[in-house]
Amino acid sequence: MTIKQLSVFLENKTGRINEVTKILGKHGINMHAFSMAESTDFGILRLIVREVDKAVEVLRNENFAVMLTDVVCISCPNEAGSLSTILDKLAEQEIFIEYMYAFAEGDKANVVIRPNDIEKCVQVLQECTCNITNKF
Amino acid sequence: MIWNPNKECMSRDEMHALQSKRLQKLVTYVYHNVPFYRNKMQGMDLSPEDIRSIDDIVKLPFTTKQDLRDNYPYGLQAAPASEIVRVHASSGTTGNPTIVGYTRKDLAVWSEVMARCLTAFGVTRDDTFSVAYGYGLFTGGLGAHYGVENLGATVIPASTGSTEKHIRLIRDLKISGVACTPSYALYMAETLEKMGLTKEDIGLRIGAFGAEPWTENMRKEIEERLGLKGYNIYGLSEIMGPGVSYECQEQNGSHICEDHFYPEIINPETLEQLPYGTQGELVFTTLTKEGMPLLRYRTKDLCTLYNDPCPCGRTAVKMGRIVGRSDDMLIIRGINVFPSQVESVILTMPEFEPQYMLIVDRVKNLDTLQVQVEVRKDFFSDDMGRMLAMKKALADKLKSVLSISADVKLMEPGSIERSQGKGKHVIDNRKLV
Ligand SMILES: [Zn+2]
Repeated sequence: MTIKQLSVFLENKTGRINEVTKILGKHGINMHAFSMAESTDFGILRLIVREVDKAVEVLRNENFAVMLTDVVCISCPNEAGSLSTILDKLAEQEIFIEYMYAFAEGDKANVVIRPNDIEKCVQVLQECTCNITNKF
Repeated sequence: MIWNPNKECMSRDEMHALQSKRLQKLVTYVYHNVPFYRNKMQGMDLSPEDIRSIDDIVKLPFTTKQDLRDNYPYGLQAAPASEIVRVHASSGTTGNPTIVGYTRKDLAVWSEVMARCLTAFGVTRDDTFSVAYGYGLFTGGLGAHYGVENLGATVIPASTGSTEKHIRLIRDLKISGVACTPSYALYMAETLEKMGLTKEDIGLRIGAFGAEPWTENMRKEIEERLGLKGYNIYGLSEIMGPGVSYECQEQNGSHICEDHFYPEIINPETLEQLPYGTQGELVFTTLTKEGMPLLRYRTKDLCTLYNDPCPCGRTAVKMGRIVGRSDDMLIIRGINVFPSQVESVILTMPEFEPQYMLIVDRVKNLDTLQVQVEVRKDFFSDDMGRMLAMKKALADKLKSVLSISADVKLMEPGSIERSQGKGKHVIDNRKLV
């Protein structure tokens, strides 16, 4: 019920993200979602792609530091209040969210969540009959 | 094994007598053949007869890198051009390069001292030995090359450059030893790993590392990653090239070929000679050189000389590690900082590649120091908190070692330029202002 997120270490340098998207594009790997966590001198680019293993391989070949992280991806109706209902449930069960990012697609909104306890998070989400995305 | 026990294990009294005799001869030679030295000595009211023993060396004038530049190209050469059979030049980052001419006898001495070094490292006639210093005007390549041949081992003139090809040769030709800079040795280790090979796939046993200062941590790292024993070899082109001093199996200080190169330690400020066991600037006098002999050449290298007996049986004085260069030393906010200090900290932290760059600048009249390091791929984490903790851990350690705070910048693996010659680790932007 979890998916693999690709994380890439990047220096804060003009054009660096562009390098990653170019490499992925060249190999026909499409990005479904991404977010960037930044500090003053470096950043962590987080990506959701379908061909995760291939993406790891092509980026490692270009000397990028890359790793995979388990995340949960849910889809909920693209309307006011729907996400907060879910987050309330997680908070009730004391699940802490390290980070999350979202992207809307028509009448649906997809949310990528990195919780501190992934198993418990999946369990809670299943109990509230939430729509967990396994695959893109 | 000892290549030349007669010289390397000479009693201290005999050595003193030999050095005294050679110094007297040298001073007479330069007085009559090098106007630069004759003028200097006359200005000090000194004649060759005033030098009766090696202890009189303190009366003699010093020679600096600037003197070599001012007398470019052949002003300090003592032998006539017809006797010079080879010329090397040291890389001058500013101004004229230093031109050094060698007579046939100089080259023989060089091969002799190189054979002493290699023998001390454990190289024998049965070994195949690769020289991965640059060949050319730089003394490293050819100097080591002729030493290996003199010893009778097989030399592979690999030079620098195609590292993957070199590693395949090491594997296929069963090369047991390599001479290169320590930073190139680390680059070889990285390349080996990148090629999907391990240290067991190659059979390297001996590393002769020199031409740039390195640390004990760096030795451990190279030994671990390449599966060899790494020995320090020291030299400088103005004096000869590699082979001026070398470590024995004790790996604790480098024995100086004192019958050819007389060492002193001086206080770089007062120029006064310092006793054994005291740190200061290393100074050499070339006791037997014909081509371009030098009196009391100031190396700018900071180290300590030791004269306690060595378990290996050699009696020659040992020099400790070069802790820095008096001209590489950075003064940041009034504190002396050596790149080697930063290096030793980084090498204690497996999270980082042993590559770094110091960027010094001045912002609003305050010196700033940035230390750039590469994060090792295995240590990259998706957790921002952990990455920041890694950065802080290095900053804290640097602060305690350097006594000033440095701004750590985490870099992508492979992004800091690898040096194949002398490692360049400092960019000082203050000079531009
Ligand atoms: Zn020894």
